[in-house]
Amino acid sequence: MPAGTLYRGREGMWSWVAHRVTGVLIFFFLFVHVLDTALVRVSPEDYDKVVATYKTPIVSLLEYGLVAAILFHALNGLRIIAVDYWTQGPRYQKQMLWTVVGLWILLMLGAIYPVLGHAARVLFGS
Amino acid sequence: MSTDITDAVELTGSSVAPYSPENPAPVIEPPRARTKRTPRSTRTNFEMYGWLFMRLSGVVLVVLVIGHLLIQLVLDGGVQKVGFAFVAGRWASPFWQYWDLAMLWLAMLHGGNGLRTVINDYAEQANTRVWLKTLLFTAVAFTIVLGSLVIFTFDPNIR
Repeated sequence: MPAGTLYRGREGMWSWVAHRVTGVLIFFFLFVHVLDTALVRVSPEDYDKVVATYKTPIVSLLEYGLVAAILFHALNGLRIIAVDYWTQGPRYQKQMLWTVVGLWILLMLGAIYPVLGHAARVLFGS
Repeated sequence: MSTDITDAVELTGSSVAPYSPENPAPVIEPPRARTKRTPRSTRTNFEMYGWLFMRLSGVVLVVLVIGHLLIQLVLDGGVQKVGFAFVAGRWASPFWQYWDLAMLWLAMLHGGNGLRTVINDYAEQANTRVWLKTLLFTAVAFTIVLGSLVIFTFDPNIR
């Protein structure tokens, strides 16, 4: 551990780092997402043209990453609330983090087909 | 051994003034004492309400955003079905207009407050903090106003 830091590593610190990183990523996506949706006020053709790029394999992969960030931030956010308000929360914060990670892996496995299925059909043929 | 201890005690006694009720120690000013130039009240519960808002909006956003992801990315062919016609169909219903409005406001304020915390943590110079927070505030206000206008002035027969 580097000298002169209060960071202690392990579950508590790394979940905090991941919560920050995913939060900042989601914020910047949201800003762009409101701008692209505002195109419905410009013209249907322009909106459909931009949304068409969201249906390409590369952007589908980015969408999968976005889902990953949002699901982690949501599940870990609920864990933070439990740490704050549940009397046993701080005692079980590690177990709750591993529950969050387990649920997150399950949900991400479930999201593979709906989010990446079309991209797989485009790339490898149906 | 015993003489050493006696010497030390005498040394201390002779080098430091013996404070007593008649000879009190000098008063050290508290580091954050109120002065004449301190505003009358600088203390509000703003940060506590911000903390509470992050938890309350977070719980609501879990429902709103995961519902949004299910509708847009999972059900009925995922993102492939999304287009102007799909948006027009959903915003024909006030329920989805207010769903999206609540999501927009809560997510922008939640994310704006989160980024404010990040700026306060990492931007070390006061000037940098002011500029970054001004930029952040502008972006959040612009996005909320633009998004709200788009939801409520949406015209399915625009062309």
